[in-house]
Amino acid sequence: MTANTKLSSAGSAPVPDRPNSFRSGPDERGRFGLYGGRFVAETLMPLILELERAYGEARADPAFKAEMDGHLASYVGRPSPLYYAERLTEHLRRQAADAGGSGGAKIYLKREELNHTGSHKVNNVLGQIMLARRMGKKRIIAETGAGQHGVATATLCARFGLDCVIYMGAVDVERQMPNVFRMRMLGAEVVPVQSGSRTLKDAMNDALRDWVTNVDTTFYCIGTVAGPHPYPTIVRDFQSIIGHETRAQMLEAEGRLPDSLIACIGGGSNAMGLFHPFLDEASVKIYGVEAAGHGVASGAHAASIAGGRPGVLHGNRTYLLMDGDGQITEAHSISAGLDYPGIGPEHAWLNDVGRVTYLSATDEEALAAFQLLTRLEGIIPALEPAHAIARVVEVAPQLPREHLMVVNLSGRGDKDVPQVADILGGRA
Amino acid sequence: MSAPHKSGGVARIDARLAACQAEGRAALITFVTAGDPDFDTSLAVVEALPGAGADLIELGMPFTDPMADGPAIQAAGLRALAGGQTMVRTLELVARFRTRDTATPIILMGYYNPIYIYGVERFLGDARAAGVDGLIVVDLPPEEDAELCLPALEAGLAFIRLATPTTDDARLPAVLANTAGFVYYVSITGITGSATPDFGKVTAAVQRIKGHTRLPVAVGFGVRTAAHAATVAACADGVVVGTALVERVKAALDAEGCGSAATAEGVAALVRELAAGVRGAAKSDAA
Ligand SMILES: Cc1ncc(COP(=O)(O)O)c(C=O)c1O
Repeated sequence: MTANTKLSSAGSAPVPDRPNSFRSGPDERGRFGLYGGRFVAETLMPLILELERAYGEARADPAFKAEMDGHLASYVGRPSPLYYAERLTEHLRRQAADAGGSGGAKIYLKREELNHTGSHKVNNVLGQIMLARRMGKKRIIAETGAGQHGVATATLCARFGLDCVIYMGAVDVERQMPNVFRMRMLGAEVVPVQSGSRTLKDAMNDALRDWVTNVDTTFYCIGTVAGPHPYPTIVRDFQSIIGHETRAQMLEAEGRLPDSLIACIGGGSNAMGLFHPFLDEASVKIYGVEAAGHGVASGAHAASIAGGRPGVLHGNRTYLLMDGDGQITEAHSISAGLDYPGIGPEHAWLNDVGRVTYLSATDEEALAAFQLLTRLEGIIPALEPAHAIARVVEVAPQLPREHLMVVNLSGRGDKDVPQVADILGGRA
Repeated sequence: MSAPHKSGGVARIDARLAACQAEGRAALITFVTAGDPDFDTSLAVVEALPGAGADLIELGMPFTDPMADGPAIQAAGLRALAGGQTMVRTLELVARFRTRDTATPIILMGYYNPIYIYGVERFLGDARAAGVDGLIVVDLPPEEDAELCLPALEAGLAFIRLATPTTDDARLPAVLANTAGFVYYVSITGITGSATPDFGKVTAAVQRIKGHTRLPVAVGFGVRTAAHAATVAACADGVVVGTALVERVKAALDAEGCGSAATAEGVAALVRELAAGVRGAAKSDAA
């Protein structure tokens, strides 16, 4: 933490080295230590307070949970399986043996790619759409990068008969065409965003501009654990089903907790969903994987923790990519879903207190992992979780065989097939 | 630089607004982006504002991600950044302006991140020394007052708060609590330059705010023409014009997008029209 961030946080409690629980945040001001908060225009402030109230009531209402559980089972298709990736495990054990070792962790995949709409995003969208219905909002807006959050939002809007507008950077519209078609078929209006770097950050700016303009009618369905309080908490809570299921499934399969968890990080929702229920289990090591693009040293990456510093954007304080004058710089990743210059505030805090270790993987490593998993397991991962697989490939051979590792397979790769085919030029 | 600190800050804003009130008219508050499209052109534009009839100056601090602004002001910020504008240069622009004008208040307007990264203490010290009088920071609601608002007030700078159509009576006291200089009423729910307000509703809203504070109330977002300015001036203590002026800056650039002597004159011409609108308005009440 730099001197100037300390100065500016006058009034907020200093981050304790070892809190009693890693699961008690945020505080009543929406802070996780230094991070989070409500840095929004006054026009939005009353709405954000209303949302906090509505969410508090919904959370306490057993009928809300019952309805949600019903949809999760019959519409989303939960629980998602926890799958032992036998051939990937064996492959990495052979690598370990070739290097003279005897290790190779046992790798499980949490199959979020089997959810309806093909990723973990639907868990959160279902919750927020039910909240929007409770609040009487009939128009839903969302930002999207890879298009997975947009597709999930468009899907649930179709299911519940709501108007849906999706903001998507013009660059992402180009590289994730299959998802653009899906959203339009589902009845959503997809707005290609031409401002700024024309990727996810700019889509979020335009979604916020829409929200400021249409405050009375509109619910903003944020796709990750970022934005002003209470969004990081709401999204985390709805995604935590991933970790809760994993816990029960691993106890069932192996009779004990996993030894490590690993997930990719765009804004950090699939990671937080897996991690949060385990944060107070001291024996469980936890790794987040940011997108290193062409390499963190190249400057062309999306690794906010590895290559950024604390600042304020999109309603929260967190690690951000920026220049020395506080201007936000463009992120780069092969994966549209990770191509964001920030990270959720709770991750920023978990990094600072040392509970979660943040690594990164380059475009090239992700592409290789994408192919490896496809060939070994017959599962085409999205490019986003391919970043997590890339680190597994490196870390797992160095761990003992009894080490149980869970990878969040946050989405399927169908959306990426045209882009990957383009890059590989038929080499696949 | 020798900014007269005793009369600077909140005091300079109060004095200018009191002078306008003594003339029985609303103040004209003009917004342009610092460094658009380059430092020298921008300084010439800002220097031309008071002579053309601007009573207070809002100077935009460029930011890559201005979430409350429409396309015109976004583009102005990007032009300025492309032209090499930084926070240091923005403060330098204010200091240069102050060598010739010690009476016109300058209010910096923008977003928190560039200030946070500059360092709050350092920013407040340097801004005060340069001759800045007030701040409007869009993404700092009262809930985040500890960040900048309270330190700014302590440093003698006005922290001017935005009140909006969504700020109801229950919330107004919190919004007004640490405000100094004036209250800025945002006349629409929306971003800058996006819509023309319903002026009937604006009058009622200004009256509502005046029921909660003795501070002057200025109205902005959507005021574009002399006729709009006259309408707003009839019900408010100040009229803020931004997008229309920023668009005028752009229109007065040459074919390569560079500034020239004509840029400042182009902006001044519009300011003269707006000033005439403000001065011609009949004050409907003696608030
Ligand atoms: C499959 C998949 N995984 C991960 C992400 C990254 O988001 P988050 O970090 O919020 O999980 C995305 C975003 O689009 C995605 O589509």
